[in-house]
Amino acid sequence: MSATAEHRDLLRFVTAGSVDDGKSTLIGRLLYESNSIYEDQLSSVRRASEAKHNDLDLSLLTDGLRAEREQGITIDVAYRYFTTPRRKFIIADAPGHEQYTRNMATGSSTADLALILVDARKGVLEQTRRHALIASLLGIRSLVVAVNKMDLIGFDEKTFHLLCEEFRSVAASFRDTEVHYLPLSALTGENVIRHNGSMPWYSGPSVLELLETIPIPKRPEEAFRFPVQSVVRPDQDFRGYAGRVSSGTVQTGQEVIALPSGQRTGITGIQLYTDKLEEGTKFQSLVLTTSTHIDLGRGDMLVSVDHLPVLSTRVTANLVWLSSIPLHNETRYLIKHTTKTVCGRVSRLHHKVNINTLEPVPADSLNLNDIGEVQLELHSPIFCDRYQQNRSTGSFIVIDPHTNDTVAAGMIVDAVALGSKEAAEEPFAEARAATGHGVTAWFTGLSGAGKTTLCRAVATELLAQGLQVEVIDGDIIRKHLCKDLGFSKQDRDENIRRIAFVSKLLTRNGVIVLVSAISPYRAARDEARSVIGDFIEVYVNTPIEVCELRDAKDLYKKARAGQVHGFTGIDDPYEPPLKAEVVCDTSRQSVREVSSQIVDRVLRYIATPNLHRDTNS
Amino acid sequence: MSMSHLDSLEAESIDIIREVVAESSRPAMLYSVGKDSSVMLRLAQKAFYPGKIPFPLLHIDTGFKFRDMLTFRDRTCSDLGLKLIVHRNEDAIRDGANPFRLGTSKCCSLLKTKALLDAIAQNGIDAAIGGARREEEKSRAKERVFSVRDNFGQWDPKNQRPEFWNLYNVRVSAGQTLRVFPLSNWTELDVWEYIDRERIPVVPLYFAKERQMLVRGDFLIPLDHSIDLLPGEEPQLVMCRMRSLGCTYCTGAVRSSAATVPEIIEELRVIRRSERENRLIDHDQEASMELKKREGYF
Repeated sequence: MSATAEHRDLLRFVTAGSVDDGKSTLIGRLLYESNSIYEDQLSSVRRASEAKHNDLDLSLLTDGLRAEREQGITIDVAYRYFTTPRRKFIIADAPGHEQYTRNMATGSSTADLALILVDARKGVLEQTRRHALIASLLGIRSLVVAVNKMDLIGFDEKTFHLLCEEFRSVAASFRDTEVHYLPLSALTGENVIRHNGSMPWYSGPSVLELLETIPIPKRPEEAFRFPVQSVVRPDQDFRGYAGRVSSGTVQTGQEVIALPSGQRTGITGIQLYTDKLEEGTKFQSLVLTTSTHIDLGRGDMLVSVDHLPVLSTRVTANLVWLSSIPLHNETRYLIKHTTKTVCGRVSRLHHKVNINTLEPVPADSLNLNDIGEVQLELHSPIFCDRYQQNRSTGSFIVIDPHTNDTVAAGMIVDAVALGSKEAAEEPFAEARAATGHGVTAWFTGLSGAGKTTLCRAVATELLAQGLQVEVIDGDIIRKHLCKDLGFSKQDRDENIRRIAFVSKLLTRNGVIVLVSAISPYRAARDEARSVIGDFIEVYVNTPIEVCELRDAKDLYKKARAGQVHGFTGIDDPYEPPLKAEVVCDTSRQSVREVSSQIVDRVLRYIATPNLHRDTNS
Repeated sequence: MSMSHLDSLEAESIDIIREVVAESSRPAMLYSVGKDSSVMLRLAQKAFYPGKIPFPLLHIDTGFKFRDMLTFRDRTCSDLGLKLIVHRNEDAIRDGANPFRLGTSKCCSLLKTKALLDAIAQNGIDAAIGGARREEEKSRAKERVFSVRDNFGQWDPKNQRPEFWNLYNVRVSAGQTLRVFPLSNWTELDVWEYIDRERIPVVPLYFAKERQMLVRGDFLIPLDHSIDLLPGEEPQLVMCRMRSLGCTYCTGAVRSSAATVPEIIEELRVIRRSERENRLIDHDQEASMELKKREGYF
């Protein structure tokens, strides 16, 4: 007989319920009865049980931390695994204690199903309600209510039905949710794997039977979304986009849209290692290739043509607050959404949810374990959907840039489309004047060296520090302020003069200016340095071979073919800086490494401008 | 058709590996040469194909590794064109550290934990990708996929970052580093089923054959490195294989006749003993893995 892997699918579920409802015992029982516990693990539990009392305490199988075994409660989510011939299961065993509610939310975020335990003697408690709400809020559409400890009420049918009735009123408000009800005794094993005859009135499935056969809930028809994680560019002949299909499907030959550029392109290849696929589906980690060269990198997204996500800098979202430091509306937070991290702040706190009544109540702030609805203003747009529609493009985490902790998990309720009338009312740049000292960080280097990518990363970090930042991108300036200029030496010098002039005005007013421009001539840059005064030169010294390999805009190709003239590095010189404050090479260093070096430099500069100006000029 | 469990696990692991590389400064993969490392390596190849694996491998060599492991390690790295950093705690090795003299706990702390922390510091690594699985051990069941370690490399299990969806927070403060576990949700059986499906090469020590062993109580101790025999002890030929690979003194073999990957999978489906039972270091005291992890062991 072949021992190769059978085709089993994967069901992820979270267990919930109040303290002492018997979650750990039920999981221990499932593992024990499905032969997923090894003898040596069992014998150590047996020894520990005997030290306390006589019965085998199956809950000891799951409480992994010393403090948990000492206190006899579950503190943190533990992940457990078991496999039957039909399915592989991943259990997130979440704590029941109120102070660990955030851990219940953590476990729910990746689960397809929630198994909610209710003590037959105690009924539906506050914590049962809270957990059911969190599960629903986190998008779980399949609930199993397991009424446990039936042995302690004599396996009474009437009590079971009363409890089910009680829970139905809680679940009534949950959208598109299917609820299953089961009586059992985790302690005696009744109805965990099979019926043992104590409840002849019950003819439904056992816990395991239900878990093995319940369809993995299908989401409403989702549109194709592919957030780009990185660009795969091993040589001239290959350019692919690595990422995970977060929803929908994609076929070779299909037309898609690249965001934020809005360019249309065709999918020419779907690769998973050496396999070439015809179709890519939700959750697969793939490399996609496109028919045309498009400017696409980490944080960008490929999406279906007919259902576009909303481009937005203002979203309404439910936040689960995870930190003991309360939400503060002056703080700039980092928002990680798909593969993009942007700076943002909470501009309004609409309300907080009263967990017992599920009603919105007014609130001044969100504290640890609170759930509330807020409005977020983002510094640059994200491409999002409603969480109820799409769990991946509808979710984000909130990071405190000072502690680097994850302080909240967010689910998008609504998003204002960029460019709509509503979006224009209150721009992100609040009327707060810059108070500090300004400086211009001038990124120079070849086309494709990584200047713009670095600028964006540095801008996000500095914005998160609450600083006034302006990015001046050479390409954008040439479309507007310098539309009249070409690429002769005179015109290039004039271009740099104008950029330097604008930078000077902003710097003088305390803004941190990040200039991204090839600026090939040394004399022009040195002039910019003396005009602006507060100046940090960042030489992005990525070798030309690497820049040419990247060639996101096909410019090198055109220059080599003679279609573009006066191209820096090909038929026009690049004069490297002689005394740049920062020299980096994005082919050898990561964006993170270089950008944090530049951020440090900028922060040190604005803290002690005189010191730096003196030594550098 | 829905994805199989192996496809789902693979996709999740690739996603994790790509995220570390995209968002950390200097990632490295802890390569211990075992079956989990072999699977991780294949997943890393898949994550960046047709590009190359963009980080070095780091092997913590205690001086007590099996000869077969070192041969396999060097061949794998040269076949795949990978950069390998080998780090040893030379001071402790020179001082003659071994588990008989120091006890397993102290020996591990010097040759593995200290060596690992030193290697991470000396190479400026801010994210170390490791092959630990939550199923292996009860404190590992509580681990995050992206696990923050403080300035001393220590794990604080009561103060872990919540981890939502697949939105991993890769940011650390000065001095902190990350341990990243792409195989968090894999079981031992998944690993072998994947090795089988993908035809991944592994160290031959995993396959049963007759080997010279010292039989001491329930333990089968390999004789790669010299060991003092107790009165009456004689090496014996035993049909056995290694179920997990560590240092020769502290990794017992198991009696088995499983000589191929499918036979190992069959064996695992019926076996009633846990994978790390033969790892002496997990049992030197109550909650010993948790204590080691708190110190900085991955």
